[in-house]
Amino acid sequence: MNRIDLLAIGETDPVMMESLRAALEAEFGVRCQILEASLDPAPSFHPERGQYSSTDILDRMQKQFGSGVDRLLGVTALDLYVPILTFVFGEAQLNGTCAVVSTHRLRQEFYGLPADAGLLEVRLLKEAVHELGHTLGLTHCEDYRCAMAASHEVEAIDLKGRSLCHECRARALALMTRKPAVKR
Amino acid sequence: MHSKGSILIVDDELIVRDSLSKWFQEEGYDVGTAEGGRQALTVLAERDWDIALVDIKMPDMDGIELQRRLSEVKPDLTIIIMTGYASVETAVAALKSGAYDYVVKPFDPEEMAHTVRNALAHKRAERENLALKERVAEASFPPELIGQSAAMRAVFDAIETVGPTEATVLITGESGTGKELVARAIHAASPRRYNRLVVAHCGALAETLLESELFGHEKGAFTGAQYRKKGIFEAADGGTVFLDEIGDISLKTQTDLLRVLQEREITRVGSNQPIHVDFRCVAATNKDLEALVEQGSFRPDLYYRLNVFRIDLPPLRRRREDIPLLVDHFVRKFASSMNKPIQGVSRAAINMLMQYDWPGNIRELENAVERAMVMARTGELQEKDFTLRIPHNGRSGMTLEEVERAHILEVVEQCRNNQTLAAQVLGIDRVTLHNKLKKYGWKRPTDEAL
Repeated sequence: MNRIDLLAIGETDPVMMESLRAALEAEFGVRCQILEASLDPAPSFHPERGQYSSTDILDRMQKQFGSGVDRLLGVTALDLYVPILTFVFGEAQLNGTCAVVSTHRLRQEFYGLPADAGLLEVRLLKEAVHELGHTLGLTHCEDYRCAMAASHEVEAIDLKGRSLCHECRARALALMTRKPAVKR
Repeated sequence: MHSKGSILIVDDELIVRDSLSKWFQEEGYDVGTAEGGRQALTVLAERDWDIALVDIKMPDMDGIELQRRLSEVKPDLTIIIMTGYASVETAVAALKSGAYDYVVKPFDPEEMAHTVRNALAHKRAERENLALKERVAEASFPPELIGQSAAMRAVFDAIETVGPTEATVLITGESGTGKELVARAIHAASPRRYNRLVVAHCGALAETLLESELFGHEKGAFTGAQYRKKGIFEAADGGTVFLDEIGDISLKTQTDLLRVLQEREITRVGSNQPIHVDFRCVAATNKDLEALVEQGSFRPDLYYRLNVFRIDLPPLRRRREDIPLLVDHFVRKFASSMNKPIQGVSRAAINMLMQYDWPGNIRELENAVERAMVMARTGELQEKDFTLRIPHNGRSGMTLEEVERAHILEVVEQCRNNQTLAAQVLGIDRVTLHNKLKKYGWKRPTDEAL
């Protein structure tokens, strides 16, 4: 992995995007930039569920922006799902190019609590590192403090750290030199 | 990376298979998919899976039917049923018929992860429990190996001497003398005791079946070989293999066996890949192997391989002094299992038992005590409670039907015409006894109360 491109899916907060960009650059030690273009989420909307298909978004990210990117991370404020699950915080192409994260269920307001911009930034960074880890081929880590620990609830996200554990970091470094597999 | 476990997803919807398998792969599981019941059966025949996530509604075979079939061929597989809201009742039916759990689509991610984690932990605990139970039982000296006679003391000494070694042991003795118990005692006295003791009853199986039992087979090696199967040498895996009735095997199997004993390698039926195996061999026979060697029906080289250390088990008639001890053991055993307050055996009955020759040895003694326990009316077994095969009835010229008739009527009379009791003694069900009595024209004596 040599570069990370951030892509807005629908409307996103530019301050939050910039903060994520800087944090990812520090975390992975590679250049990270925000693309000027954005992806229209509307075609991925499921009216009955009232949610957006993360798998469909990944497909369209790959088709429209996939060429010439190393790792492409979509960021959205919309609620994401995969067909068999009630929701997802994000989805990635395992050992691939694209990943997407949603801030929808990372916001305190979703749980009826007062907004907390700082907490949202930290949660988003953890999920972004997690999904990018999947694009490197990393699977879930047993160490609950590692960013690659499984987190299906926001409490689990708060529990884990923003960084990879020693073992995942070593594996990521080995994998980062490898080119991503071509998807679809 | 080390896999957390293996999951087979069985669902006719591609999107479900795709999204679930990707999700589980990210979780670190080894994932496979099948688009229906039939394909699932094929995939499961190729390798073992820890968990099958099975959709309840599929066009070729519904989840419940698939679960029923899998419980027959893969009883160790943990099945989790996936269902839509509409079919929760059916999912409950699936649970009743043995599914581990059910999940309702779409799944909450944490709930799904939790269900699968729990299923795997449950499976691991079950496996460990079973393995520990087996190993504890196999690592203990069998309590039924009883005797204070000089002949048995010599057997115990031999077990103590050879047990801790790696030597192959040949146990000889008449049928019912306890050869398998001696094999278990040798295993329990060996450093291999915490691994398995695997028994092959060589005389009970046809040649081809025995081959597959001993060496295992690959899927499709012969008609009916639907699944790959490990043979007992592989299954022993650091333990002991007990080959019972070794004198009954064919010359072809003797040749194969000789190769295994020499090379410590087996080749599964239908494969050409040799597999290294680690086992200690104990064999037993009630035949005169030397005579079989002389007749040419047993390979001398195999005989010498097996006869490294020999233990001859005496027939019960040669150690009559052990009979009271054995009777006491069996009385206690059956008193507990039958829940009958029987304390012991009368002196007269013991004298009678000690005079009898016991052609069926300890197995016959055990059966005789069990029958007597059924018959007994007091707290002590009496002579009349025992039915011994003393050659007194002069039935040699009779047909099988005549012998059956005479024996049934004799037992019914001994049971004071109580058919339930007589059926128990004869080892048949009450309806069968009733039909046979009718056939033999038996009439209940009217002057005798039951």
